[in-house]
Amino acid sequence: MQLERKRETAIPFWRDERILKILGQIVFALLVLIVGALIYQNMQAGLAKQGISLSYSFLNGVSGFDLAESAFPYDRNSTYWQAFLAGLLNTLSVGVAGIVFSTILGVILGVARLSTNFIVNRLATFYLELIRNLSLLVFLIFWYLGVFLKLPRVKDAVVWPGDIILTNRGVGIPWGIPTASFPTFRLILLGGLIVAIIVFFALRAYSKRTGRAPLTLLWSLLAFAFVAVAGWFLLPVKPLTLDLTFVKGLNLSGGKILSPEFLALTSGLVLYTAAFIGEVVRAGIQSVSKGQVEASRALGLNSFQTLRLIVFPQALRVIIPPLTSQYLNLVKNSSLAIAVGYPDVFYVSNTILNQTGRAVEMISLVMLTYLMFSLLTSVLMNWYNQRIKLVER
Amino acid sequence: MATIEPALPPVTERSNILRWARKNLFGSWYDSLLTILGAWFMYWALSSLARWVITTAEWEVVAVNMRLFMIGQYPLEQAWRLWLWLGFLVFLVGNSLAIWGKGSRYSVALLLFPAVLAFAFPFGDEPRKWLLILAVTGLIGWGIGRARPEVLKRSVIAGWVISLPVIILLTRGLSASETGFAPFVKTNLWGGLLLTFLLTVVGIMFSFPIGVLLALGRRSVLPIVRWFSVAYIELVRGVPLISILFMAQLMLPLFLPEGWTVDRVVRAMVGITLFSAAYLAENVRGGLQAIPKGQFEAAEALGLSGAQTMIFIILPQALRLVIPILVGQFIALFKDTSLVAIVGLFDLVGIAQTVLAQPEFLGLQREVYAFISLIFWVLSYGMSYLSQQLEVRLGVGIR
Repeated sequence: MQLERKRETAIPFWRDERILKILGQIVFALLVLIVGALIYQNMQAGLAKQGISLSYSFLNGVSGFDLAESAFPYDRNSTYWQAFLAGLLNTLSVGVAGIVFSTILGVILGVARLSTNFIVNRLATFYLELIRNLSLLVFLIFWYLGVFLKLPRVKDAVVWPGDIILTNRGVGIPWGIPTASFPTFRLILLGGLIVAIIVFFALRAYSKRTGRAPLTLLWSLLAFAFVAVAGWFLLPVKPLTLDLTFVKGLNLSGGKILSPEFLALTSGLVLYTAAFIGEVVRAGIQSVSKGQVEASRALGLNSFQTLRLIVFPQALRVIIPPLTSQYLNLVKNSSLAIAVGYPDVFYVSNTILNQTGRAVEMISLVMLTYLMFSLLTSVLMNWYNQRIKLVER
Repeated sequence: MATIEPALPPVTERSNILRWARKNLFGSWYDSLLTILGAWFMYWALSSLARWVITTAEWEVVAVNMRLFMIGQYPLEQAWRLWLWLGFLVFLVGNSLAIWGKGSRYSVALLLFPAVLAFAFPFGDEPRKWLLILAVTGLIGWGIGRARPEVLKRSVIAGWVISLPVIILLTRGLSASETGFAPFVKTNLWGGLLLTFLLTVVGIMFSFPIGVLLALGRRSVLPIVRWFSVAYIELVRGVPLISILFMAQLMLPLFLPEGWTVDRVVRAMVGITLFSAAYLAENVRGGLQAIPKGQFEAAEALGLSGAQTMIFIILPQALRLVIPILVGQFIALFKDTSLVAIVGLFDLVGIAQTVLAQPEFLGLQREVYAFISLIFWVLSYGMSYLSQQLEVRLGVGIR
């Protein structure tokens, strides 16, 4: 009886939500598959008409073009792979330099926005409003064409204090050249790193045992610096000799010469990203409630201790996630190098694409590269975020 | 009998300028140092900027090429079509301000903006005349809207709905051939601010619904739909816009069946839309997550279906919450449209490159790019200012 009734009132399958859900998904998946298959088929047909088949083996061919900048010896006889790798390393160097400097400038801006000093506060706000409403591409091109290429010619080079030479062919800064004792010094630096790590863990263990909070990072850095300086002075031959940039004919020579392209890209990205990082930092500091500061002062901590032990760790939790996305934005935006002619991975890939006509391969390779950057950064940052997040009962 | 002493009046801090300066500028020795350094920097920056703008810079390059910057190679004898839809838009803006602006005194100032533009920038006589007509049109729209707000509400909304098709149709031409009344204008002639504007508007209009759908997909209980949305969003957010634009330019034609051709401007629009949709989806998802579960339960208790719950209960609340973020995303989209210059379209930046390639304007990069930056800055700032006004009006974060 019971069973029969159930069968009578049973919902027909076309109105049963459970079945409908599965059916809907199957239809959706089929649609996606069909569209994907159509696209793939069209692509195959199109490529076949051009006489190309999908393959990455062309990357082993000789590139035949030069790169203005490369981290390793590269010339027109190198392969496409090597060109791609050189571009990748250039992207990395812009990314690292950009992240370091934009963080420094961003923190300064964020603190300045919170300053009680009227002028400092307003200057920071003005800077933020100025940058936030500009197009990054226009900003970068402006730095390249309007600033770095407008520097004086080599023969009228401007020299700044600290032997910095500014010309429209690049900016030369003093640089060290390794001497015979450099390999030994490198070993000493490695030893310094090990000492610093030992100091770091020893202080952490001490902090856990006693409940005190020593300046762990500062002491480890000092330990490293101590070993490095001692090594520098104890070695019979100095490991590095100072090399100044000088004008040689119509070019710069010696030292380290930063190209206008690199400078324009890096300074543009730094100045642009710093404005956004400044906002992230400000929001982070403001998120720490005033009561925390007052409580810590009531407990007798001085203002430096309050900042280091109470405000900073709490602000960091709010700052890290948006900061990560700003770093990722910076790396992705570095692909605008193509507008100023800096040979980053995107620019090099575009050159390869133009030479070989392999659009599908190169664009997928570039996209994959940036995806890897993004995934790697978010994995690292998530790990860090896990470590510093609030431990609740 | 105890006499009650009158309570002392509260200490009134006399605020005068010296006290203010002492507190905000010269609180301590390093405060004073910062103040002096900051003031010196401000003076130096402003004076050198003013000197450059007034004496050194050669602004003829802007005046001579004004038409290129505004509409690119768009045929001049057809420019009336652009003015026509601009007039339509300004009229709608005037109407809307009168109906929903609640008599804000800024609204009239906003409507006079075209007239200000006409005299602030070196336009020719013809565009000046049109700009003044625009200002008058806006004011007329405002007046009409003010006279009968309730009657006009529906028609104004209808006007906004049809505005995008009207704009596109008028810009592109009413007839298919290149002769006759309002002939077809090829998209490779669209340029300058006109192209930047069209890319932005089309990008916003199309990426918004896709973004909402993706956000709903990401929150869906159906695993396949959810995976697809997550994969799409993360994939697009992981790569730079420029790579998507290249893909749209070079690979989109490959993806389509033989014989189908897609216009280069349309390809850029597709790229921008697909890119922006992923970011919008994440913003909308933030709003969806902020809606308490009780709203869903209450809707279900009232007998609404899933789709009805979403459309009438959840989305209106979620979208209102994220208006500021959405506008921020739209501004970012507007600024990002400049990237189409890299794939060879003649938007503002592309036009700047062609202008600078003219032999008589070599070496005037600073002037040209400063001018373009000013356009981007004013429009972006205007958008963010309007969104702040909208936030106040809608009571975001208050209700």
